[in-house]
Amino acid sequence: MFENIGEIILLFWRTLLALPQTWRQRDKVFDQFFEIGNASLLMVCVLSFFIGAVIALQTGPILVERSLSSAVGGVVGIAIAKELAPVMMAILIAGRIGSAMAAEIGSMRVYQEIDALRTMNINPIHYLVLPRILAIAVALPMLVVFSVLVGWFGGAMVADMNHRMEIPFRVFFADLRDIVELKDVANGVFKSFCFAIIIGVVSCHQGLVTIGGPRGIGRSVTKAVVNSIVLIVIFDYILTRFLLK
Amino acid sequence: MSENQNNSSGVGLVVRGLRKSFGGQDVLKGVDLEVKPGEIFVIMGPSGSGKSVLLKHLIGLEEPDAGEIFINGEPLTTPEIAAKYRMALVFQSGALLNSLTVGENVGLYLTEHRLKPADEIKKIVEEKLTDVGLKDAVNKMPNELSGGMKKRAAIARALVIEPQLILYDEPTSELDPVSAVVIGDEILDLNHRIHVTSLVVSHDRDLAFGIADRIAVIIDGEIVTVGTPDEVKNFNDPRVKGFLHADFKRDK
Repeated sequence: MFENIGEIILLFWRTLLALPQTWRQRDKVFDQFFEIGNASLLMVCVLSFFIGAVIALQTGPILVERSLSSAVGGVVGIAIAKELAPVMMAILIAGRIGSAMAAEIGSMRVYQEIDALRTMNINPIHYLVLPRILAIAVALPMLVVFSVLVGWFGGAMVADMNHRMEIPFRVFFADLRDIVELKDVANGVFKSFCFAIIIGVVSCHQGLVTIGGPRGIGRSVTKAVVNSIVLIVIFDYILTRFLLK
Repeated sequence: MSENQNNSSGVGLVVRGLRKSFGGQDVLKGVDLEVKPGEIFVIMGPSGSGKSVLLKHLIGLEEPDAGEIFINGEPLTTPEIAAKYRMALVFQSGALLNSLTVGENVGLYLTEHRLKPADEIKKIVEEKLTDVGLKDAVNKMPNELSGGMKKRAAIARALVIEPQLILYDEPTSELDPVSAVVIGDEILDLNHRIHVTSLVVSHDRDLAFGIADRIAVIIDGEIVTVGTPDEVKNFNDPRVKGFLHADFKRDK
Protein backbone atom coordinates (compact mmCIF):
# COMPACT_ATOMS: atom_id res chain seq x y z
CA MET A 1 0.00 0.00 0.00
CA PHE A 2 2.61 2.52 1.09
CA GLU A 3 4.65 2.14 -2.11
CA ASN A 4 1.66 3.54 -4.01
CA ILE A 5 1.00 6.44 -1.68
CA GLY A 6 2.63 8.93 -4.08
CA GLU A 7 0.43 7.75 -6.96
CA ILE A 8 -2.66 7.95 -4.73
CA ILE A 9 -1.83 11.54 -3.72
CA LEU A 10 -1.20 12.41 -7.38
CA LEU A 11 -4.58 10.96 -8.37
CA PHE A 12 -6.23 12.99 -5.60
CA TRP A 13 -4.48 16.14 -6.83
CA ARG A 14 -5.55 15.49 -10.43
CA THR A 15 -9.10 14.94 -9.24
CA LEU A 16 -9.00 18.28 -7.42
CA LEU A 17 -7.79 19.91 -10.64
CA ALA A 18 -10.72 18.28 -12.44
CA LEU A 19 -13.28 19.85 -10.08
CA PRO A 20 -14.27 22.56 -12.62
CA GLN A 21 -15.62 19.64 -14.73
CA THR A 22 -18.19 18.83 -12.03
CA TRP A 23 -21.15 20.50 -13.72
CA ARG A 24 -20.34 18.74 -16.97
CA GLN A 25 -20.24 15.37 -15.25
CA ARG A 26 -23.30 16.00 -13.07
CA ASP A 27 -25.37 13.18 -14.59
CA LYS A 28 -22.68 10.65 -13.74
CA VAL A 29 -22.32 12.10 -10.23
CA PHE A 30 -26.08 11.66 -9.65
CA ASP A 31 -25.99 8.12 -11.08
CA GLN A 32 -23.16 7.17 -8.73
CA PHE A 33 -24.84 8.91 -5.81
CA PHE A 34 -28.07 6.93 -6.22
CA GLU A 35 -26.09 3.75 -6.77
CA ILE A 36 -24.35 4.27 -3.42
CA GLY A 37 -27.63 5.12 -1.66
CA ASN A 38 -29.54 2.20 -3.15
CA ALA A 39 -26.79 -0.26 -2.43
CA SER A 40 -26.20 0.82 1.15
CA LEU A 41 -29.27 2.33 2.80
CA LEU A 42 -30.85 -0.87 4.12
CA MET A 43 -27.50 -2.22 5.32
CA VAL A 44 -26.68 1.10 7.01
CA CYS A 45 -30.05 0.99 8.75
CA VAL A 46 -29.63 -2.56 10.10
CA LEU A 47 -25.99 -2.10 11.07
CA SER A 48 -26.56 1.24 12.82
CA PHE A 49 -29.58 0.01 14.77
CA PHE A 50 -27.67 -2.93 16.18
CA ILE A 51 -24.52 -0.92 16.88
CA GLY A 52 -26.62 1.49 18.96
CA ALA A 53 -28.36 -1.44 20.61
CA VAL A 54 -25.18 -3.28 21.53
CA ILE A 55 -23.45 -0.14 22.89
CA ALA A 56 -26.46 0.48 25.14
CA LEU A 57 -26.44 -3.18 26.16
CA GLN A 58 -22.72 -3.17 26.98
CA THR A 59 -22.51 0.15 28.83
CA GLY A 60 -26.07 0.66 30.19
CA PRO A 61 -26.25 -1.98 32.95
CA ILE A 62 -22.78 -1.05 34.30
CA LEU A 63 -23.69 2.64 34.48
CA VAL A 64 -27.12 1.91 36.01
CA GLU A 65 -25.53 -0.31 38.68
CA ARG A 66 -23.33 2.65 39.66
CA SER A 67 -26.31 5.02 39.74
CA LEU A 68 -25.20 6.68 36.53
CA SER A 69 -28.31 5.92 34.48
CA SER A 70 -28.44 9.56 33.36
CA ALA A 71 -25.14 9.01 31.55
CA VAL A 72 -26.39 6.14 29.36
CA GLY A 73 -27.97 8.41 26.72
CA GLY A 74 -24.85 10.57 26.58
CA VAL A 75 -22.40 7.68 26.36
CA VAL A 76 -24.36 5.94 23.60
CA GLY A 77 -24.95 9.27 21.83
CA ILE A 78 -21.31 10.37 21.90
CA ALA A 79 -19.92 6.95 20.98
CA ILE A 80 -22.17 6.66 17.96
CA ALA A 81 -21.93 10.25 16.72
CA LYS A 82 -18.19 10.75 17.12
CA GLU A 83 -16.75 7.33 16.47
CA LEU A 84 -18.88 4.33 15.65
CA ALA A 85 -21.15 5.73 12.94
CA PRO A 86 -18.37 7.38 10.89
CA VAL A 87 -15.91 4.50 11.20
CA MET A 88 -18.36 1.62 10.83
CA MET A 89 -20.15 3.25 7.90
CA ALA A 90 -16.82 4.01 6.23
CA ILE A 91 -15.78 0.36 6.60
CA LEU A 92 -19.17 -0.78 5.29
CA ILE A 93 -18.94 1.58 2.30
CA ALA A 94 -15.33 0.56 1.63
CA GLY A 95 -16.50 -3.05 1.40
CA ARG A 96 -19.68 -2.35 -0.52
CA ILE A 97 -18.86 0.62 -2.77
CA GLY A 98 -15.04 0.80 -2.77
CA SER A 99 -14.88 -2.79 -3.97
CA ALA A 100 -17.42 -2.08 -6.71
CA MET A 101 -15.44 0.98 -7.85
CA ALA A 102 -12.17 -0.97 -8.01
CA ALA A 103 -13.84 -3.87 -9.82
CA GLU A 104 -15.60 -1.67 -12.38
CA ILE A 105 -12.61 0.54 -13.20
CA GLY A 106 -10.26 -2.45 -13.00
CA SER A 107 -12.33 -4.38 -15.48
CA MET A 108 -12.44 -1.34 -17.78
CA ARG A 109 -8.66 -1.15 -17.57
CA VAL A 110 -8.13 -4.86 -18.25
CA TYR A 111 -10.56 -4.90 -21.19
CA GLN A 112 -8.97 -1.76 -22.73
CA GLU A 113 -12.04 0.43 -22.23
CA ILE A 114 -9.87 3.05 -20.51
CA ASP A 115 -7.42 2.96 -23.42
CA ALA A 116 -10.42 3.45 -25.72
CA LEU A 117 -11.44 6.54 -23.71
CA ARG A 118 -7.92 7.94 -24.00
CA THR A 119 -7.86 7.43 -27.76
CA MET A 120 -11.03 9.55 -27.90
CA ASN A 121 -9.32 12.28 -25.83
CA ILE A 122 -11.66 11.56 -22.94
CA ASN A 123 -9.79 11.95 -19.67
CA PRO A 124 -10.50 8.89 -17.46
CA ILE A 125 -10.13 11.09 -14.37
CA HIS A 126 -12.93 13.38 -15.58
CA TYR A 127 -15.08 10.54 -16.86
CA LEU A 128 -14.59 7.85 -14.21
CA VAL A 129 -12.80 9.10 -11.11
CA LEU A 130 -14.30 12.56 -10.48
CA PRO A 131 -17.98 11.45 -10.49
CA ARG A 132 -17.26 8.53 -8.15
CA ILE A 133 -15.26 10.57 -5.63
CA LEU A 134 -17.78 13.42 -5.61
CA ALA A 135 -20.69 11.02 -5.19
CA ILE A 136 -19.12 9.13 -2.30
CA ALA A 137 -17.95 12.39 -0.66
CA VAL A 138 -21.57 13.56 -0.55
CA ALA A 139 -23.24 10.20 0.10
CA LEU A 140 -21.12 8.92 3.00
CA PRO A 141 -21.62 11.96 5.29
CA MET A 142 -25.37 11.77 4.56
CA LEU A 143 -25.40 8.07 5.37
CA VAL A 144 -23.52 8.83 8.59
CA VAL A 145 -26.16 11.37 9.69
CA PHE A 146 -28.80 8.74 8.99
CA SER A 147 -26.71 6.13 10.80
CA VAL A 148 -26.34 8.35 13.89
CA LEU A 149 -30.11 8.83 14.14
CA VAL A 150 -30.86 5.12 13.68
CA GLY A 151 -28.07 4.17 16.12
CA TRP A 152 -29.46 6.48 18.79
CA PHE A 153 -32.89 4.99 18.20
CA GLY A 154 -31.47 1.45 18.58
CA GLY A 155 -29.72 2.44 21.82
CA ALA A 156 -32.88 4.07 23.19
CA MET A 157 -34.97 0.98 22.36
CA VAL A 158 -32.61 -1.32 24.26
CA ALA A 159 -32.29 1.10 27.18
CA ASP A 160 -36.07 1.23 27.41
CA MET A 161 -36.81 -2.47 27.03
CA ASN A 162 -33.88 -4.11 28.84
CA HIS A 163 -34.89 -5.07 32.37
CA ARG A 164 -31.45 -4.11 33.75
CA MET A 165 -31.84 -0.51 32.55
CA GLU A 166 -35.50 0.38 31.97
CA ILE A 167 -34.64 3.96 30.99
CA PRO A 168 -37.69 5.44 29.29
CA PHE A 169 -37.32 6.52 25.69
CA ARG A 170 -37.88 10.21 26.47
CA VAL A 171 -35.44 10.21 29.39
CA PHE A 172 -32.78 8.55 27.23
CA PHE A 173 -33.06 11.30 24.61
CA ALA A 174 -33.21 14.06 27.24
CA ASP A 175 -29.94 12.73 28.76
CA LEU A 176 -28.47 12.44 25.27
CA ARG A 177 -29.35 16.07 24.50
CA ASP A 178 -27.67 17.19 27.72
CA ILE A 179 -24.34 15.71 26.70
CA VAL A 180 -24.21 15.48 22.91
CA GLU A 181 -23.72 18.77 21.08
CA LEU A 182 -24.20 19.54 17.42
CA LYS A 183 -20.43 19.92 17.24
CA ASP A 184 -20.02 16.23 18.13
CA VAL A 185 -22.22 15.17 15.21
CA ALA A 186 -20.40 17.63 12.94
CA ASN A 187 -17.07 16.08 13.97
CA GLY A 188 -18.32 12.65 12.95
CA VAL A 189 -19.67 13.96 9.67
CA PHE A 190 -16.37 15.70 8.91
CA LYS A 191 -14.48 12.49 9.63
CA SER A 192 -16.79 10.57 7.32
CA PHE A 193 -16.15 13.11 4.56
CA CYS A 194 -12.41 12.48 4.90
CA PHE A 195 -12.99 8.71 4.93
CA ALA A 196 -15.12 9.02 1.79
CA ILE A 197 -12.26 10.75 -0.04
CA ILE A 198 -9.88 7.99 1.13
CA ILE A 199 -12.21 5.21 -0.08
CA GLY A 200 -12.87 6.94 -3.41
CA VAL A 201 -9.26 7.77 -4.23
CA VAL A 202 -7.80 4.45 -3.04
CA SER A 203 -10.43 2.37 -4.86
CA CYS A 204 -10.25 4.35 -8.12
CA HIS A 205 -6.44 4.24 -8.02
CA GLN A 206 -6.49 0.50 -7.46
CA GLY A 207 -8.87 0.10 -10.40
CA LEU A 208 -6.70 2.23 -12.68
CA VAL A 209 -3.53 0.23 -11.97
CA THR A 210 -5.16 -3.18 -12.42
CA ILE A 211 -3.19 -5.56 -14.60
CA GLY A 212 -3.87 -9.10 -15.73
CA GLY A 213 -7.23 -10.74 -16.21
CA PRO A 214 -9.99 -11.66 -13.76
CA ARG A 215 -7.40 -12.62 -11.14
CA GLY A 216 -5.89 -9.12 -11.40
CA ILE A 217 -9.34 -7.59 -10.91
CA GLY A 218 -9.89 -9.77 -7.83
CA ARG A 219 -6.52 -8.70 -6.43
CA SER A 220 -7.36 -5.04 -7.00
CA VAL A 221 -10.71 -5.35 -5.25
CA THR A 222 -9.11 -6.97 -2.21
CA LYS A 223 -6.33 -4.37 -2.11
CA ALA A 224 -8.81 -1.49 -2.49
CA VAL A 225 -10.88 -2.66 0.49
CA VAL A 226 -7.97 -3.60 2.75
CA ASN A 227 -5.97 -0.44 1.99
CA SER A 228 -9.05 1.74 2.48
CA ILE A 229 -9.78 0.18 5.87
CA VAL A 230 -6.16 0.50 7.03
CA LEU A 231 -6.07 4.17 5.99
CA ILE A 232 -9.49 4.82 7.58
CA VAL A 233 -8.26 3.50 10.93
CA ILE A 234 -4.99 5.48 10.73
CA PHE A 235 -6.76 8.68 9.70
CA ASP A 236 -9.41 8.10 12.36
CA TYR A 237 -6.73 8.45 15.02
CA ILE A 238 -5.13 11.47 13.32
CA LEU A 239 -8.45 13.25 12.80
CA THR A 240 -9.67 12.46 16.31
CA ARG A 241 -6.45 13.84 17.76
CA PHE A 242 -6.81 16.96 15.61
CA LEU A 243 -10.51 17.42 16.39
CA LEU A 244 -10.02 16.95 20.15
CA LYS A 245 -7.80 20.06 20.30
CA MET B 1 -2.37 1.92 -53.81
CA SER B 2 -6.05 2.80 -53.59
CA GLU B 3 -7.44 4.61 -56.58
CA ASN B 4 -8.58 7.64 -54.54
CA GLN B 5 -5.21 8.40 -53.11
CA ASN B 6 -4.85 11.70 -54.93
CA ASN B 7 -7.81 13.37 -53.23
CA SER B 8 -7.08 11.67 -49.94
CA SER B 9 -7.94 13.33 -46.63
CA GLY B 10 -5.76 10.81 -44.84
CA VAL B 11 -2.49 11.75 -43.19
CA GLY B 12 0.99 10.37 -43.72
CA LEU B 13 2.86 8.67 -40.93
CA VAL B 14 6.60 8.22 -40.46
CA VAL B 15 8.27 6.23 -37.70
CA ARG B 16 12.02 6.56 -37.14
CA GLY B 17 14.13 4.37 -34.85
CA LEU B 18 11.33 3.51 -32.43
CA ARG B 19 12.55 1.53 -29.43
CA LYS B 20 10.68 0.16 -26.45
CA SER B 21 11.50 -2.34 -23.77
CA PHE B 22 9.48 -3.73 -20.88
CA GLY B 23 11.32 -5.06 -17.84
CA GLY B 24 14.61 -5.30 -19.70
CA GLN B 25 13.08 -7.14 -22.65
CA ASP B 26 13.38 -5.29 -25.96
CA VAL B 27 9.99 -5.33 -27.67
CA LEU B 28 10.69 -2.76 -30.40
CA LYS B 29 14.30 -2.63 -31.62
CA GLY B 30 14.44 0.50 -33.76
CA VAL B 31 11.38 0.37 -35.99
CA ASP B 32 11.42 2.48 -39.17
CA LEU B 33 8.43 2.72 -41.46
CA GLU B 34 6.53 5.16 -43.64
CA VAL B 35 2.79 5.10 -44.33
CA LYS B 36 1.59 7.24 -47.23
CA PRO B 37 -1.58 9.33 -47.00
CA GLY B 38 -4.68 7.37 -47.99
CA GLU B 39 -3.10 3.94 -48.27
CA ILE B 40 -3.95 0.71 -46.51
CA PHE B 41 -0.78 -0.36 -44.79
CA VAL B 42 -0.69 -3.72 -43.06
CA ILE B 43 1.89 -4.67 -40.44
CA MET B 44 2.15 -8.43 -40.23
CA GLY B 45 4.06 -10.57 -37.84
CA PRO B 46 3.78 -13.49 -35.49
CA SER B 47 2.27 -13.14 -32.02
CA GLY B 48 4.61 -11.32 -29.63
CA SER B 49 6.55 -9.60 -32.42
CA GLY B 50 5.66 -6.10 -31.13
CA LYS B 51 2.82 -5.19 -33.51
CA SER B 52 0.31 -4.08 -30.91
CA VAL B 53 2.96 -2.22 -28.90
CA LEU B 54 3.90 -0.32 -32.06
CA LEU B 55 0.25 0.57 -32.59
CA LYS B 56 -0.08 1.87 -29.03
CA HIS B 57 2.89 4.18 -29.63
CA LEU B 58 1.27 5.57 -32.76
CA ILE B 59 -1.94 6.51 -30.91
CA GLY B 60 -0.09 7.85 -27.87
CA LEU B 61 -0.98 5.10 -25.39
CA GLU B 62 2.71 4.27 -24.87
CA GLU B 63 5.78 6.50 -24.60
CA PRO B 64 8.77 5.33 -26.67
CA ASP B 65 12.18 4.80 -25.02
CA ALA B 66 13.76 6.26 -28.16
CA GLY B 67 12.77 7.23 -31.68
CA GLU B 68 10.31 9.60 -33.28
CA ILE B 69 6.88 9.50 -34.86
CA PHE B 70 5.85 12.11 -37.44
CA ILE B 71 2.32 12.78 -38.64
CA ASN B 72 2.16 14.80 -41.84
CA GLY B 73 5.78 15.76 -41.16
CA GLU B 74 5.14 17.03 -37.61
CA PRO B 75 6.79 15.21 -34.71
CA LEU B 76 4.20 13.62 -32.43
CA THR B 77 5.78 14.96 -29.26
CA THR B 78 3.04 16.98 -27.58
CA PRO B 79 -0.67 16.37 -26.98
CA GLU B 80 -1.34 19.61 -28.91
CA ILE B 81 0.19 18.20 -32.09
CA ALA B 82 -1.60 14.88 -31.57
CA ALA B 83 -4.87 16.78 -31.10
CA LYS B 84 -4.41 18.51 -34.49
CA TYR B 85 -4.98 15.21 -36.26
CA ARG B 86 -7.98 12.96 -35.95
CA MET B 87 -6.80 9.44 -35.22
CA ALA B 88 -8.81 6.45 -34.11
CA LEU B 89 -7.88 3.00 -32.92
CA VAL B 90 -10.12 -0.03 -33.43
CA PHE B 91 -9.11 -2.35 -30.59
CA GLN B 92 -8.68 -6.09 -31.00
CA SER B 93 -11.51 -6.72 -28.53
CA GLY B 94 -13.57 -3.77 -29.76
CA ALA B 95 -13.17 -2.20 -26.28
CA LEU B 96 -16.75 -0.97 -26.26
CA LEU B 97 -17.78 0.40 -22.87
CA ASN B 98 -19.89 -2.38 -21.42
CA SER B 99 -21.99 -0.03 -19.30
CA LEU B 100 -23.24 1.89 -22.36
CA THR B 101 -25.49 0.85 -25.25
CA VAL B 102 -23.97 0.45 -28.69
CA GLY B 103 -25.49 3.79 -29.71
CA GLU B 104 -24.07 5.55 -26.65
CA ASN B 105 -20.67 3.97 -27.35
CA VAL B 106 -20.68 5.18 -30.93
CA GLY B 107 -21.75 8.70 -29.92
CA LEU B 108 -19.46 8.89 -26.88
CA TYR B 109 -16.83 11.13 -28.49
CA LEU B 110 -19.39 13.68 -29.61
CA THR B 111 -21.35 13.53 -26.34
CA GLU B 112 -18.35 13.90 -24.04
CA HIS B 113 -16.78 16.73 -26.04
CA ARG B 114 -20.20 18.40 -26.52
CA LEU B 115 -19.54 18.79 -30.21
CA LYS B 116 -23.15 18.49 -31.42
CA PRO B 117 -26.65 18.77 -30.00
CA ALA B 118 -28.22 15.50 -28.78
CA ASP B 119 -30.61 15.04 -31.74
CA GLU B 120 -27.79 15.57 -34.22
CA ILE B 121 -25.59 13.07 -32.36
CA LYS B 122 -28.45 10.55 -32.55
CA LYS B 123 -28.64 11.07 -36.31
CA ILE B 124 -24.87 10.68 -36.77
CA VAL B 125 -24.84 7.53 -34.64
CA GLU B 126 -27.61 5.96 -36.72
CA GLU B 127 -25.81 6.94 -39.91
CA LYS B 128 -22.47 5.42 -38.78
CA LEU B 129 -24.13 2.26 -37.53
CA THR B 130 -25.97 1.94 -40.84
CA ASP B 131 -22.62 2.33 -42.62
CA VAL B 132 -21.31 -0.75 -40.82
CA GLY B 133 -24.58 -2.70 -41.09
CA LEU B 134 -25.59 -2.40 -37.44
CA LYS B 135 -28.58 -0.09 -37.66
CA ASP B 136 -30.72 -2.34 -35.48
CA ALA B 137 -28.11 -2.63 -32.73
CA VAL B 138 -28.32 0.98 -31.56
CA ASN B 139 -30.09 0.13 -28.29
CA LYS B 140 -28.33 -3.17 -27.64
CA MET B 141 -25.71 -3.63 -24.96
CA PRO B 142 -22.23 -4.73 -26.11
CA ASN B 143 -22.62 -8.13 -24.42
CA GLU B 144 -25.56 -8.87 -26.75
CA LEU B 145 -23.33 -8.57 -29.84
CA SER B 146 -21.24 -11.23 -31.55
CA GLY B 147 -17.46 -10.76 -31.95
CA GLY B 148 -17.82 -9.48 -35.51
CA MET B 149 -20.63 -7.09 -34.57
CA LYS B 150 -18.52 -5.69 -31.71
CA LYS B 151 -15.69 -4.97 -34.13
CA ARG B 152 -18.05 -3.30 -36.59
CA ALA B 153 -19.51 -1.21 -33.73
CA ALA B 154 -15.95 -0.25 -32.78
CA ILE B 155 -15.33 0.81 -36.40
CA ALA B 156 -18.53 2.91 -36.27
CA ARG B 157 -17.25 4.53 -33.06
CA ALA B 158 -13.96 5.30 -34.81
CA LEU B 159 -15.79 6.79 -37.81
CA VAL B 160 -17.64 9.31 -35.65
CA ILE B 161 -14.31 11.06 -35.06
CA GLU B 162 -14.09 11.50 -38.86
CA PRO B 163 -10.55 10.16 -38.65
CA GLN B 164 -7.66 10.96 -40.94
CA LEU B 165 -5.88 7.85 -39.69
CA ILE B 166 -7.53 4.64 -38.49
CA LEU B 167 -5.42 2.05 -36.72
CA TYR B 168 -6.83 -1.47 -36.55
CA ASP B 169 -5.46 -3.94 -34.00
CA GLU B 170 -6.00 -7.52 -35.21
CA PRO B 171 -9.39 -6.71 -36.75
CA THR B 172 -10.15 -10.30 -37.77
CA SER B 173 -8.88 -12.20 -34.75
CA GLU B 174 -11.43 -14.57 -33.20
CA LEU B 175 -13.71 -14.18 -36.21
CA ASP B 176 -15.05 -16.86 -38.55
CA PRO B 177 -13.86 -16.56 -42.19
CA VAL B 178 -17.11 -14.93 -43.37
CA SER B 179 -17.05 -12.28 -40.63
CA ALA B 180 -13.36 -11.72 -41.34
CA VAL B 181 -14.15 -10.99 -44.99
CA VAL B 182 -16.95 -8.59 -43.93
CA ILE B 183 -14.48 -6.67 -41.74
CA GLY B 184 -11.86 -6.66 -44.51
CA ASP B 185 -14.43 -5.32 -46.99
CA GLU B 186 -15.41 -2.68 -44.45
CA ILE B 187 -11.80 -1.46 -44.24
CA LEU B 188 -11.54 -1.35 -48.05
CA ASP B 189 -14.90 0.41 -48.37
CA LEU B 190 -13.93 3.09 -45.84
CA ASN B 191 -10.64 3.65 -47.58
CA HIS B 192 -12.44 4.22 -50.88
CA ARG B 193 -15.30 6.23 -49.41
CA ILE B 194 -13.56 8.62 -47.01
CA HIS B 195 -9.98 8.23 -48.21
CA VAL B 196 -8.71 7.66 -44.71
CA THR B 197 -5.21 6.31 -44.10
CA SER B 198 -5.58 2.82 -42.65
CA LEU B 199 -2.88 1.06 -40.67
CA VAL B 200 -3.81 -2.53 -39.93
CA VAL B 201 -1.90 -4.77 -37.55
CA SER B 202 -2.66 -8.42 -38.16
CA HIS B 203 -1.24 -11.89 -38.43
CA ASP B 204 -4.08 -12.88 -40.77
CA ARG B 205 -2.34 -13.60 -44.12
CA ASP B 206 -5.62 -13.67 -46.09
CA LEU B 207 -6.65 -10.26 -44.76
CA ALA B 208 -3.23 -8.70 -45.34
CA PHE B 209 -2.90 -9.87 -48.95
CA GLY B 210 -6.58 -9.13 -49.62
CA ILE B 211 -6.67 -5.48 -48.57
CA ALA B 212 -3.15 -4.08 -48.30
CA ASP B 213 -1.61 -1.51 -50.61
CA ARG B 214 1.69 -2.22 -48.85
CA ILE B 215 2.76 -4.67 -46.19
CA ALA B 216 5.50 -4.55 -43.55
CA VAL B 217 6.63 -7.71 -41.80
CA ILE B 218 7.78 -7.28 -38.22
CA ILE B 219 9.61 -10.10 -36.47
CA ASP B 220 11.10 -9.86 -32.96
CA GLY B 221 10.60 -6.10 -32.82
CA GLU B 222 12.27 -5.34 -36.16
CA ILE B 223 10.77 -4.52 -39.55
CA VAL B 224 12.19 -7.19 -41.83
CA THR B 225 10.67 -6.05 -45.11
CA VAL B 226 8.24 -3.49 -46.55
CA GLY B 227 6.63 -3.67 -49.97
CA THR B 228 3.58 -4.43 -52.06
CA PRO B 229 1.87 -7.76 -51.35
CA ASP B 230 3.69 -9.36 -54.31
CA GLU B 231 7.07 -8.01 -53.22
CA VAL B 232 6.57 -9.31 -49.69
CA LYS B 233 5.35 -12.70 -50.95
CA ASN B 234 8.53 -13.07 -53.02
CA PHE B 235 10.90 -11.66 -50.38
CA ASN B 236 13.70 -14.09 -49.87
CA ASP B 237 14.20 -14.31 -46.13
CA PRO B 238 13.75 -17.56 -44.22
CA ARG B 239 11.95 -15.84 -41.29
CA VAL B 240 9.47 -14.09 -43.61
CA LYS B 241 8.96 -17.22 -45.71
CA GLY B 242 8.56 -19.26 -42.53
CA PHE B 243 5.84 -16.90 -41.33
CA LEU B 244 4.01 -16.42 -44.64
CA HIS B 245 4.12 -20.04 -45.76
CA ALA B 246 3.65 -21.77 -42.41
CA ASP B 247 1.66 -24.98 -42.94
CA PHE B 248 0.85 -28.25 -41.21
CA LYS B 249 3.19 -31.19 -41.60
CA ARG B 250 0.48 -33.62 -42.54
CA ASP B 251 1.65 -37.08 -43.67
CA LYS B 252 0.77 -37.78 -47.28
